[in-house]
Amino acid sequence: MAAPYDLSDENVVVIIGSGAGGGTLGNELAQKGVDVVILEAGKRIEYDEFINDEWESFGQLAWLDNRTTSGDWRVSRDFPNLPAWIVKAVGGTTTHWAGASLRFQEHEFKALTNYGSVEGANLLDWPLTLADLEPYYAKAEDKLGVTRTNGIPGLPGSNNFKVFEAGAKALGYEKVHTGRMAINSEYRDDRDACQQTGFCFQGCKWGAKWSTLYTEIPKGEATGRLEVRPESHVLKIEHGDDGKVTGVVYADTQGNLQTQKARVVCVAGNSIESPRLLLNSASNMFPDGLANSSGQVGKNYMRHTTGSVYAVFDKPVNFYRGTTMAGIIQDEAGHDPSRGFVGGYELETLALGLPFMAAFLDPGGWGRGFTTALDAYDRMAGMWIVGEDMPQEKNRISLHGELKDQYGMPIPDVYFDDHPNDIAMRNHAYRQGMAIYDAVGATRTFPTPPYPSTHNLGTNRMSEKASDGVVNMWGQSHDIDNLFVSDGSQFTTGAAENPTLTIVTLAIRQADYLAEQLSQGNL
Amino acid sequence: MVTVYQNSPGISRRDLLRRAGGAGAAAMLVVSGGAVLSVNQAWGLEVTALKPETMATLIQMARDIYPHDHVPDKYYAIAMKSYDAEMAAKETSKKDMIEAAIADLDARAGDGGYLGLGWEDDRVAVLKQIESTDFFKMVRGGLVTGLYNQKEVWPLFGYEGESYSEGGYIDRGFDDIEWL
Repeated sequence: MAAPYDLSDENVVVIIGSGAGGGTLGNELAQKGVDVVILEAGKRIEYDEFINDEWESFGQLAWLDNRTTSGDWRVSRDFPNLPAWIVKAVGGTTTHWAGASLRFQEHEFKALTNYGSVEGANLLDWPLTLADLEPYYAKAEDKLGVTRTNGIPGLPGSNNFKVFEAGAKALGYEKVHTGRMAINSEYRDDRDACQQTGFCFQGCKWGAKWSTLYTEIPKGEATGRLEVRPESHVLKIEHGDDGKVTGVVYADTQGNLQTQKARVVCVAGNSIESPRLLLNSASNMFPDGLANSSGQVGKNYMRHTTGSVYAVFDKPVNFYRGTTMAGIIQDEAGHDPSRGFVGGYELETLALGLPFMAAFLDPGGWGRGFTTALDAYDRMAGMWIVGEDMPQEKNRISLHGELKDQYGMPIPDVYFDDHPNDIAMRNHAYRQGMAIYDAVGATRTFPTPPYPSTHNLGTNRMSEKASDGVVNMWGQSHDIDNLFVSDGSQFTTGAAENPTLTIVTLAIRQADYLAEQLSQGNL
Repeated sequence: MVTVYQNSPGISRRDLLRRAGGAGAAAMLVVSGGAVLSVNQAWGLEVTALKPETMATLIQMARDIYPHDHVPDKYYAIAMKSYDAEMAAKETSKKDMIEAAIADLDARAGDGGYLGLGWEDDRVAVLKQIESTDFFKMVRGGLVTGLYNQKEVWPLFGYEGESYSEGGYIDRGFDDIEWL
């Protein structure tokens, strides 16, 4: 039975956002007997309501509130009001994610130490190590049911994977398999096995892919200690004279403003909304926004160095059939500066339906150069590049000077310039990706530019020193003890891996710390 | 109201063919009364706000922007009909903008107008001249969804669309590749 809590209840932990960070943290705390209210801006859409149609699903799930973009990234030109492809719904972007679940590599936690000072980059070591996280990674992999962990078999290879694998092996790559995926390869945790439907990004209608929507959240609700309030958009975090946060102001389903009191506030609205909220919560005591004595709130925005490679063959592939991202090459994931850049990248299978392929293959493109590619749609294979990008202070979320949202709050602007290291890595990955397909007879290949960001990271980063970042090794803000960050915005650096597993891992660890601090009366 | 209908009432196929003979190089589409008619595929698009000649040019322009030789004109017509139905009919300024843009396109094309240019390359050369205009961007951007998000078009590209109701592809060929 879901617990309803009073607005005036000062004992609750308020979590803003219900995705990988917020949804996991909410359940973990509820399991420990902590009273939790999750405020989620989006609606509650159960998985049987998901739609196998790219644009219709986009309208159902995507975060479409107005945002602006700036900087030299191509997304700003092609999709000026859509910097990110993330979700506004209960479950957050875990409804949309592809399921790739990789641990960070040891060296990636010490990016500054291992890469050295990179001009223009604001690199920093994480205040924790892989060893610190390993026990929590193990818990997260079990929770998500990650394939190739805990004795769970890998997913079967789709047509798109088979092309990808054959090309990779022809090139001499060795670390090639169908991925570590938070998608059931067999019935587990009361959820179906993957049916190879091909609409992972549109929300899994089988519930085979892990999402907080139908795992963490109902499990938390069953304890009687967790209330999820959908369509509750938080506008401001309030604090008292002592500088501790006291609650949040949010717009409810009807758009009326409510104040929910809180003992602790955890921000988990993804890396655009989380810093936006801290900045929008500026007060006389905190004129630059909450938790911002370092000036780092909103800065160091990372989105991974991405891009895609598509290829056309002379025979059918039908790459849209099957699990979208169940295929990976990890040979390029290490740090090998002889390639001309620091950090590494993963290559993962990817397919889009015809409508999204038309929108994303070459945004703005037209004429036969473009259409002959789509004419070969059923003979296409595809992969996605995901690599470590450099944190740069100038890449940031800031409050728009003029434009306001439906509640009168300044909208976010997302500024991003590629770092030369990002460009060198992307070009290397394009070459390797095209060579993979050429090795199995591609007649044409397409180095496709990055899509609106799905991995948004780093805008409230974790640091040892309060002067370097926003939160400490527990995600607790350096400035305000009872204010936490619980999403990917706390990442110090981005690493080469898809971020969700690490967000979940940090949330499990944060729940342990929070519960302990609460029980000791420290918060 | 704009309707796309399969059989053009009141005009015989023979009549259409005869008119088409005089309609210039892009002869598959003819303008008759308030409608754009397809000669060989027997459908028509009735326009009310825009001039029918303007709609015929828009449809050709759509094909020249995203030419797929195996996709019939009908789907390009469906993609363009909103310029008449939703836009021009409601806003006079939009209607004037579209009419002016097409007049400009015709002027750039020379004596026979845009539809008088027989080769796609020649029409594309004219489109290149207006590539940076708001009008071109509007038409091209609208086509991305207007053309490619028509479910009827998907099978022409081998895309099967919704698959949940069929039980996904686990037993329907997700791993059926044989040529590797």
